[in-house]
Amino acid sequence: MGKSPTTKDDAQALFHSLRSAYSATPTNLKIIDLYVVFAVFIALIQVVYMAVVGSFPFNSFLSGVLSCVGTAVLAVCLRIQVNKENKEFKDLPPEHAFADFVLCNLVLHLVIMNFLG
Amino acid sequence: MLSGRRLFTVALTLSAGVACSNDLENSYIFDGRSNRKILFRSQFIEFDQLIEFGMAMKVGIVVVLLAVASICEAVAIFHPISESHRSAALELFSPVAGSFSSLEEAYEALRTFEVLGIEKKPDIKDHTCNSVVDALSSMSSNSRDLYHALRVNGLLKCKTSKEALTGIISRLKDAVKDSTSLLDYYHAIGGLLLIKDQSSEVDVLLENADGILRSIKALSQSDGRWRYSSNNPESSTYAAGLAFETLSGVIQLAASAIDENLIGTLKKDIVKLFDSIEKYDDGSYYFDDKHIDVSGHQGPLSATAAVVRGLTTFASTSESLNIPEDKILGLARFFLGIGVPGNSKDLYYQIDSLSHLENNRVSVPLVLSLPATVLSLTSKDKLKVKVSTVLGSIAPPLSVKLMQVFSSGSKDASVLKQELHFDPKEAIHMLDALPEGVDIGKYVFAFEIVLSDPEDKRKFATGGRTKVPVHVTGVVKVDDAKVAVLEGDIVESEKKLDLPGKNDLALSANHLQKLHLSFLLTTPFGKPFKPHQALLKLRHETGVEHIFVVENSGRHFEITLDFLGLVEKFFYLSGQYDIELTVGDAVMENSFLQPLGSIELDLPKAPEKATQPPPQAVNPYLRYGPKAEIAHIFRAPEKRPPQEVSFAFLGLVLVPFLAFLVGLLRLGVNLKNFPTSTIPATFAILFHGGIAAVLLLYVLFWLKLDLFTTLKTLGLIGTFLMFVGHRTLSHLASASAKLKSA
Repeated sequence: MGKSPTTKDDAQALFHSLRSAYSATPTNLKIIDLYVVFAVFIALIQVVYMAVVGSFPFNSFLSGVLSCVGTAVLAVCLRIQVNKENKEFKDLPPEHAFADFVLCNLVLHLVIMNFLG
Repeated sequence: MLSGRRLFTVALTLSAGVACSNDLENSYIFDGRSNRKILFRSQFIEFDQLIEFGMAMKVGIVVVLLAVASICEAVAIFHPISESHRSAALELFSPVAGSFSSLEEAYEALRTFEVLGIEKKPDIKDHTCNSVVDALSSMSSNSRDLYHALRVNGLLKCKTSKEALTGIISRLKDAVKDSTSLLDYYHAIGGLLLIKDQSSEVDVLLENADGILRSIKALSQSDGRWRYSSNNPESSTYAAGLAFETLSGVIQLAASAIDENLIGTLKKDIVKLFDSIEKYDDGSYYFDDKHIDVSGHQGPLSATAAVVRGLTTFASTSESLNIPEDKILGLARFFLGIGVPGNSKDLYYQIDSLSHLENNRVSVPLVLSLPATVLSLTSKDKLKVKVSTVLGSIAPPLSVKLMQVFSSGSKDASVLKQELHFDPKEAIHMLDALPEGVDIGKYVFAFEIVLSDPEDKRKFATGGRTKVPVHVTGVVKVDDAKVAVLEGDIVESEKKLDLPGKNDLALSANHLQKLHLSFLLTTPFGKPFKPHQALLKLRHETGVEHIFVVENSGRHFEITLDFLGLVEKFFYLSGQYDIELTVGDAVMENSFLQPLGSIELDLPKAPEKATQPPPQAVNPYLRYGPKAEIAHIFRAPEKRPPQEVSFAFLGLVLVPFLAFLVGLLRLGVNLKNFPTSTIPATFAILFHGGIAAVLLLYVLFWLKLDLFTTLKTLGLIGTFLMFVGHRTLSHLASASAKLKSA
């Protein structure tokens, strides 16, 4: 009402500005962001599961977590390369980046499936 | 001068006594491998004592030594052939599957059985006769085969035809003419001689006997040995024996009389061979071959057997062969001293040679033996002596005199000249009572054989004085046994013991006291006796043992254990010690090892640096016994979470996926950029299909495929996917580029 701006107000204001800025990003980037969040979530769930039941068999746990983390990392790389505002990758066609993403994912998942046991 | 001579005789007898008494300890083992007797244990004669006497009396040393050698014969006992030889013969000469391996072996077996008088022979007649007839009729047999076949035929008397024998005669006579080596002559002449014995009315006589004798004699050597052939320089005594046999055969088969000078030189050759005879200490003589001979037999047994055979066959053809009778007796002793040999060849040599010596024309050896050399005073055993020939046959009428009895302890030997009484029923000479003063102990009895008929002296060899070791045993009285514990010199406690009966002492002493044990030992004749062992043993409860020798002075045995000096030896171990007394000797019939009871010893404590008692032996069964069984513990399987939890989390993992799909829809995902025209569309579909195929392959890989199959399939799909993807994406890229430029 006439009080000095509290931290809570500041946080809320920050949050709102972030939201509005984020809605300006192109859709394809948002899809990639959603994919990354999804992968991280699954990794977290797996860690919680391991904390509950113990780390046997450890190789399976590692393979599951690393698959999620690895695919998240590759998605982040894809986002960087596809982002039009990124001057470094101006000349790289996004299809090329996507093809790299697909190939790297396939290799990662082969290794993961082997390590899964 | 007179006193000097008497002194010398006394000295000689004394020294002979020393030398001879030392022989008591000798005993022999017959080594079957080398056919030699090995001295088991011996003591040396002190020759310097004798030399001193000799020098002092100004008599040559040679005379002294000779005198000693002639007086001092060896002490040993030889037994004639007995039942053990017969059973050994049956065991050693056992035919394999009804026959022997060769005719030579068959002959050896048959001859041994014949000499030993074994009636129940194994039945090999049929099979062996077949072999004999085959050998005799075959044209390819050489003179060696014919010789062995004829030998067996002579014992088995197989049915051979006269024509076969006549045919053989001519072959053997040709062999004699063509012979160049000793063995050829031996087999051929031997064969002819056997035919002469086996059939009558055959002409086996040799025309050129002189020439044959000379050619055989050409093989002799100057040292008495013979060579096998003129181009082979090897010579042996075995060959000499074969040569003598061959020569006697030639003499027997001679058609005309032989030059007497030639026979004389042959006799000289035989006598010369006896220069190389060797001697054992127990009086046996033998011949030894230093080299292995042609047939592979080496050693004194085969060489001596060959010489004996040759000698006796030669002596049977002619009179007056000058061999001293002690050498013949020595040869007999050599064969008897073997005992019972371990293999068939040795047994054959022994029995065959003894049978030749039994009836030879030089001199027949007589063997003096004692059926029992251990006489007991308690059971009043009588001294029995048996005199027989080497094969155990009855000797001619003679008397046996006990000349001297040497005692092992003292040096004097009284001259007795006691004649033994002859019992014709058992053919044994007996002494009803042992000579006076023969107490328990080890003795050497010296016997002499006196032949009743003076004519027999030339025919039989008795060997002068025969010495035999005899043990006289008896019960030793143990008297006045007592045990005392002494304090200084004062007797604290004394107990009488009943030896050799049971005792159960319970003494106690400390380290300042002494234990004293004493007893008396007396022989049946009342004389003092020193046993071989008189030992006192103290054994601690932990097993540590201490042994002490009980000393004696005359009859009185005593021992004093001064514990003050023994504290260290006993390892400072206090406690109960078991006492054991052992008194024993070979001639003591009541040797005993008696536990006497126990003594409680109180010793001071061990200082820091005292030696530890030796560790007692661990029972080996415990140390190496089985250990505790180990059960293998398998790896316990890890604890798995309950299935519900796992399924719950599985569901939980799928939730973000659903959230992802929902989020995609909210973002407005569309398929507008999907190519519409046919070809790009196909490629697009194939691209997505390819990716789906790869993911499916990964699922199959996890479920059941192995890496290699997966990689192979992945390679195939991947190549396809790359091609398709390239087409699709390049199409998309060109479409978006057109859009941008437009």
